Amino acid sequence: MAAISSVKATSDTHNGPDVEYEKRRRFNRRVSRGLVAPALIFSIALTQIPFVVTIIFSTLNWNQLRPDEIRFAGFQNFVEVFTGGDFLPALWSTVLITSSSVILSLVFGLFLAILLDRKFPGRAAARTLAITPFLVMPAAAALIWKWSILDVNVGMLNWGLGLIGIDPVAWNTDLPVVTIVMLLTWQYTPFFMLILLAGLQSQNREVLEAASVDGAGAVRTFRAMTLPHLRQYAEISTLLGTVMLVQVFDPIAIMTKGTGGTKTLSYLLYERAFIGLDVGQAAAFGVVTVIVTIGIATIALRTMFKVFVDGEVK
Amino acid sequence: MRKLTGALLSGFTWFWILLAFFPIGWMVFTSLKTETDAATIPPTFAVPLSFDQYREVWDRDFAPYLLNSLFASITSTILVLAIAIPAAYGLSIRPVRKVQDVLFFFISTRFLPVAAAILPLYFILKTIGLLDNVTALALLYGAMNLPIAVWMMRSFFNDVPREITEAGQVDGANLRVEITRLVLPIVAPGVAAVALISFIFAWNEYFLALILTSDAARTLPPYLASFVDGRGQFLAVLSAASTMAVFPVVLAGWAAQKQLVRGLAMGAVK
Repeated sequence: MAAISSVKATSDTHNGPDVEYEKRRRFNRRVSRGLVAPALIFSIALTQIPFVVTIIFSTLNWNQLRPDEIRFAGFQNFVEVFTGGDFLPALWSTVLITSSSVILSLVFGLFLAILLDRKFPGRAAARTLAITPFLVMPAAAALIWKWSILDVNVGMLNWGLGLIGIDPVAWNTDLPVVTIVMLLTWQYTPFFMLILLAGLQSQNREVLEAASVDGAGAVRTFRAMTLPHLRQYAEISTLLGTVMLVQVFDPIAIMTKGTGGTKTLSYLLYERAFIGLDVGQAAAFGVVTVIVTIGIATIALRTMFKVFVDGEVK
Repeated sequence: MRKLTGALLSGFTWFWILLAFFPIGWMVFTSLKTETDAATIPPTFAVPLSFDQYREVWDRDFAPYLLNSLFASITSTILVLAIAIPAAYGLSIRPVRKVQDVLFFFISTRFLPVAAAILPLYFILKTIGLLDNVTALALLYGAMNLPIAVWMMRSFFNDVPREITEAGQVDGANLRVEITRLVLPIVAPGVAAVALISFIFAWNEYFLALILTSDAARTLPPYLASFVDGRGQFLAVLSAASTMAVFPVVLAGWAAQKQLVRGLAMGAVK
């Protein structure tokens, strides 16, 4: 919009009113199309075509062990997806793991953001250390947590718990969901923290000071002014965090291998295709997973567009 | 009194920060121990430290995997920049509604689960003989990071004052000059941020690498698991390998902290 109005303004002063403006607009549109096309083509070729092929695969009776017997199976694979008894538990695991990790990361992220918003000795260093879990390669994090932190015998967590008199816990085998959620919360808290901290720091300091001069206590100021201001930031971080966490695969493959209620849709699909070797079945799971994700993503996108396109958060 | 509360609060903050950082600090510390010292309970602190485990990691053929990781991450980052910068510029100069559709499309590709596309990718690559090929992996990482890059770059281009590009056109500067001379210097920090984010995501990617590579093109994330040894002690050598694997990205992320938040929020938060 800004572009249109400013272009119009200049062309008006140049005395060749709408003709020049139209020319400029058409030129811009052509250039724009040329510049965007490579990205669009590349993106469609590498991300959309595979999805279409997945749909085709999902109608086939195709096991990799019998590559000569590929036949058309109609909706048979989908019937098996819904009657096989694996889909609903996987959907539940996905929802459970994603939502607990998102909520916990949001809470811890807000907690750390509030602490880091204060000026204190070594604040820059503290911030640097605090973001590191999000930078660490997830595969490395999963391995280190599994063997060095959560191991029954030599894990640091059990040692720490032992100091306060709690018996060792076999995290990976007895509490697999807790294990995964714990790791994901650790990894994603910095992500939420960074966005919420940006929100806290963008507050109008003068207004906050005025409030405290007028006698509003810290708690009241926080609830009446900071929380509403943070809402948008919480929304953005929750949406983007959910999108990333719903697809999580690495810690499940490395730590629990889908046991004990950690078999999420991504992992189930992987298992069917590359361990079970049933291509048609796995593709059907893929299609259903995409439909579920589109449901979540549509809600997410609608909210995001309100925030992103109408105006960046200031 | 107020001073005391402040000091307590600072101590409290540092306690939580150090707790969160502990697994990483412990990984680095463990990597400097011997295997026996690494696997004792209660944990050992005053033990001789050395870089022996790092030599051990290097001797176990770390280099080819490191090179694959570097190649896939750098190539995909260059590719993303080459495609995303023009696209984002195009989207920012085009004053029409369709921009929203295009942006919507890009972001939706990022929202769809990669797992659902993995089967066709696997069979297509297998058919054309590009399974276990690091260039193919780099192309896929490019597609993976493209939407974030387009969104981020667009937000940086939107910051460029209109007067600057307009002035260029009045002077008769052509488009390429406009972009390279006038606009790019202003958005240079944005380009750096996009490059870093793309590099970080590509470097850390595990799922595609696990399935689409086996040996020749294998990158570090799936390779790390091979340091887990079912029979003997492996904590120290695993820690050393992990430390080496996470090092480049952690450094890059630390250096780019300021841009990181904007990148992670796809340009929506400054």
